[in-house]
Amino acid sequence: MTRIGVVTFPGSLDDHDALRAVKLSGAEAVPLWHGADSVNDVDAIILPGGFSYGDYLRCGAIARFSPIMDVIIDQARKGMPVLGICNGFQLLCEAHLLEGAMIRNVDQHFICRDQKLRVETADTTWTCAFERGQEIVIALKNGEGNYQAAPETLKRLEDNDQVVFRYIDNPNGSANDIAGITNERGNVVGLMPHPEHNVEELTGASLDGKTFFESAIKFLTAR
Amino acid sequence: MPRVVVNVMPKPEILDPQGKAVTGALKRLGFDGMTVRQGKRFEIEIDGEVTPEALQQVAAAAEKLLANTVIETFEVVNA
Repeated sequence: MTRIGVVTFPGSLDDHDALRAVKLSGAEAVPLWHGADSVNDVDAIILPGGFSYGDYLRCGAIARFSPIMDVIIDQARKGMPVLGICNGFQLLCEAHLLEGAMIRNVDQHFICRDQKLRVETADTTWTCAFERGQEIVIALKNGEGNYQAAPETLKRLEDNDQVVFRYIDNPNGSANDIAGITNERGNVVGLMPHPEHNVEELTGASLDGKTFFESAIKFLTAR
Repeated sequence: MPRVVVNVMPKPEILDPQGKAVTGALKRLGFDGMTVRQGKRFEIEIDGEVTPEALQQVAAAAEKLLANTVIETFEVVNA
């Protein structure tokens, strides 16, 4: 069975939701601890949402130097699928596994809503079960989700098909309406919305979140 | 103990939502003609003398952790 690890940092909030989403999607959910120096032979890793280290300094800036991150950075560069959700996305940017950075939302508000997104590429480990151009609804909840990058970086991301999700109605001022991106290889994906909250009818406005985890399982099983 | 200061500012081309909000509040309070950009100041006490090597170490720390040079610039000041 595919084993997907979820890392808990001090201040992680959605680690248990992510573990549950992994389980509901048909993989074995493996809890991982930020202070560990191994990822326990998992096949893929999720960095969950929350407020690691209270968002002190910058979101994700301190958690990025957790012992487990050295292993994750090394594994990600070797091709292991890594998904960063919200604080996890900020962490991936701080770790330079993904380009760019998040700043405060343009109108200063914390935004919590069901967000429409367009899947811009199915050519990543975490979106291969979607159709390109598919419109999905995923829960969004953050105060610092405003994605920014240098113009040349944005151009490269666009040219290389590395923009994975775009907001249909940009809530926070993100450059080019970007909600999520990937690395050149397509194994590392980060996004601000929370797919782990869209896996059950009782609590989610859609079940579109499941497809993220099913994509990774599909990719790893076909390998 | 000798003190070195690191000032971190959002890059000029990066929008500064916090500075913008403070600018708006100042205007409402009657402080006209003031445009704010908000940054961070780190006061670092170091063991020993402030040598060029020590300043270099502080700059390395700023580059690695205190600032995110994708969106921010920093300066090291021997205070």
